Amino acid sequence: MRMFRRSNLPVWATLAVFVLAVTGASLRYEHFFSFDVFLNLLRDNAFLGLAAIGVTFVIVSGGIDLSVGAMIGFVGVFCATLMQAGVPGWLAIALALAIGTLFGLGMGALIAWYSLPPFLVTLAGMFLLRGLALVISMEALRIDDPLFEALGHSKWVAPGLFVAVLLLGVYLANFRPFGRAVYAVGGNEQSALLMGLPVRRVKAQVYALSGFCSSLGGVVFAFYTLSGNANSGMTLELDAIAAAVIGGTLLTGGVGHLFGTLLGVLILGTIQTVISFEGTLSSWWTRIAVGLLLLAFIGLQKLFQAGKADTP
Amino acid sequence: MDGDAARSAPELLRLRGIRKEFPGVVALDGVDFTLRAGEIHSLMGENGAGKSTLIKVLTGVHQPEAGTIELQGRRIRPRSAHDAVALGISTVYQEVNLVPYLTVAENFVLGREPLRRGRIDWREANRRAAEALERLDVCVDPASTLGSHSLAVQQMVAIARALDQNARVLVLDEPTSSLDAREVESLFGVMRRLREEGLGILFVSHFLDQVFAVSDRFTVLRNGRLVGELPAAETTRLRLVSLMLGREVDEQSLSRRPDPAPGAPPMLEVRDLGRRGAVEGVTLEVRPGETVGLAGLLGSGRTEAARLLFGADRPDRGEVRLEGRRVRIRSPRHALRLRFGFCPEDRKSAGIVPSLSVRENIALALQARRGWLRRLSPKRQRELANRFIEALGIATPDAEKAVGTLSGGNQQKVILARWLASEPRFLILDEPTRGIDVGSKAEIERLMADLRRQGLGMLFISSELEEVVRACHRVCVLRDRRQVGSLEGAGVETGEILRTIAGGGDA
Repeated sequence: MRMFRRSNLPVWATLAVFVLAVTGASLRYEHFFSFDVFLNLLRDNAFLGLAAIGVTFVIVSGGIDLSVGAMIGFVGVFCATLMQAGVPGWLAIALALAIGTLFGLGMGALIAWYSLPPFLVTLAGMFLLRGLALVISMEALRIDDPLFEALGHSKWVAPGLFVAVLLLGVYLANFRPFGRAVYAVGGNEQSALLMGLPVRRVKAQVYALSGFCSSLGGVVFAFYTLSGNANSGMTLELDAIAAAVIGGTLLTGGVGHLFGTLLGVLILGTIQTVISFEGTLSSWWTRIAVGLLLLAFIGLQKLFQAGKADTP
Repeated sequence: MDGDAARSAPELLRLRGIRKEFPGVVALDGVDFTLRAGEIHSLMGENGAGKSTLIKVLTGVHQPEAGTIELQGRRIRPRSAHDAVALGISTVYQEVNLVPYLTVAENFVLGREPLRRGRIDWREANRRAAEALERLDVCVDPASTLGSHSLAVQQMVAIARALDQNARVLVLDEPTSSLDAREVESLFGVMRRLREEGLGILFVSHFLDQVFAVSDRFTVLRNGRLVGELPAAETTRLRLVSLMLGREVDEQSLSRRPDPAPGAPPMLEVRDLGRRGAVEGVTLEVRPGETVGLAGLLGSGRTEAARLLFGADRPDRGEVRLEGRRVRIRSPRHALRLRFGFCPEDRKSAGIVPSLSVRENIALALQARRGWLRRLSPKRQRELANRFIEALGIATPDAEKAVGTLSGGNQQKVILARWLASEPRFLILDEPTRGIDVGSKAEIERLMADLRRQGLGMLFISSELEEVVRACHRVCVLRDRRQVGSLEGAGVETGEILRTIAGGGDA
């Protein structure tokens, strides 16, 4: 019953758009609707999806995280450099995840305890990470670590990680007190405070979670491309935000669902796939389609909000 | 429970010598407060008397500089709202402090969700919420979104939440300001039942009637100091108000009638004005120097009628004549040019600009009427501001202070000053006295009387019928978004208005 709640309606709308897009595409291209295409969709967009999961949590809490794209660039270069210096792959991954999580926690702490605006703190984080990555290496670095090669060649690992983290996120969001606190803080921070919720801790944790998700996205991107490039993940933070919003997450916080974000990521991926299937279209058409879609969904959300104007 | 029984009841909470300073002001100066088990104790005082500060000290939001708090004989020192709740002191605030997007049950269990095998047990949460609400005679689906319910229901959810956290002390900070009469009655019913169960209830309300209806005892504060503690049964209204204001008020000034209206022809005539889904059939006329009241329960269409008259919403039927000429008010800007003024109900969200100074806030409407090209010089603005600060008795150190830092009553006066500065001929006042203290209320009423004498026509909306009776020559009564009656002359009295609202005639 909870599934059909009013606040979930945008998620259903997103699902409808996705089904429509896939149906339309498979009518036009006969090999479109296949398990392989779907699996590839997940695999090609796993790094974006992972980042978008963290970003969804942050947005639901009423914040924003602009550092996730730069994190992906940084993690790639960081892992590649370590492995060229002889560090084993598993250790590089562990270090990258630890640094990513701590970096997020640091930004979160600034936001939570010093009441700094999330937009600016994470913007600074974005410049910092991108700059650090470029300082480490201006050029793309090849990765030939056996573990990374094995992970990269598997068609299951990236989609598997994405889905696993997604399910973990859903569990966290809907079945753990932490998740409920995130929604409460985003819905009405003052109330959350007066209800005795640990608002600051929750906020800091949300950014740590986003840092973890985006650094995991960076690791996935690294073994997916088998290289580390300081410039990868450029403007990916905006794609992640777009995916969340298309999936029904309210930018003002308090409302959102990770399945929506999954659908948002899949829709972005489908558009990209369709445009590459088309062959003659420039890939920039993806951007135009995404822009129009975003506009449509923001309009839709406005409609839902107008419908519950009695909410104080 | 009468006064004697309450006096012998055990002391639940004891605050002694509480002192709290903010930069530049002493908000509380050696205040004592005692709450017994099984009593409803009202904390009374004007705005700025220190009521909110005392409550915030008690609920851990502020830490006092001096003084002690004892709960059932044990020294406590709540450091946060969380602490206070854990100690058994729960608060329900004026603006319901829950999360509207979440469900009733989610709000109910937030922060202490029942877990089963590592996950929140939603079935258990819904069951508990439904059960707790049922005890308060509230029947709602716990899985429905909180924001879809009325404020009264939301408040009950907040109370249920407080009780479920083993509250021994329940603080109700102006819980009735947004409720209509029936909802207030059912809230009082719940409060009385909780009192029987031995809870100590600290109640704050600006409505004298309500305070007398439920309280066992009053504690009166003035300017951060304790004035006295008195049993309700032995206290008259006059005595209470005098203590709060620190001056003797004669009962007559509280029951004054407006001067008779001059017999001038109407300047504003409204015929059958309406808008689908908002309000229908509004018919009234206003003469210069006359005040017309709009009475009705919350949600009866009072504010909607005011918005139509000010052009904030477009009417889809009926007509408005201004000095005999038919006008179509297209927008608030247009209304301003016609020299209308509108003090909206919610001053926080629709009235003041908190970060601007008193001067800037006052100059806003006049500037808007002149158009942005013909700027008011800062000197003119200052003169204007100083004139109104003096005329309305706005308590502010100077005209440059940010309005957000003033008390509610003074903010209301700033809004009033803004409209008066634009020299209106017709002024709409939507609940100008809501949430402000008795002294400021009396001052606003006095101001309205002055304005009447100067020939200003006014439309006055208030939930307090006595205020309406004191201020209005004529009263239009609304029920269920429709005008159902119009009273004038001797018909303007509380009983008659109530009968019209209740609709005894067509039953």
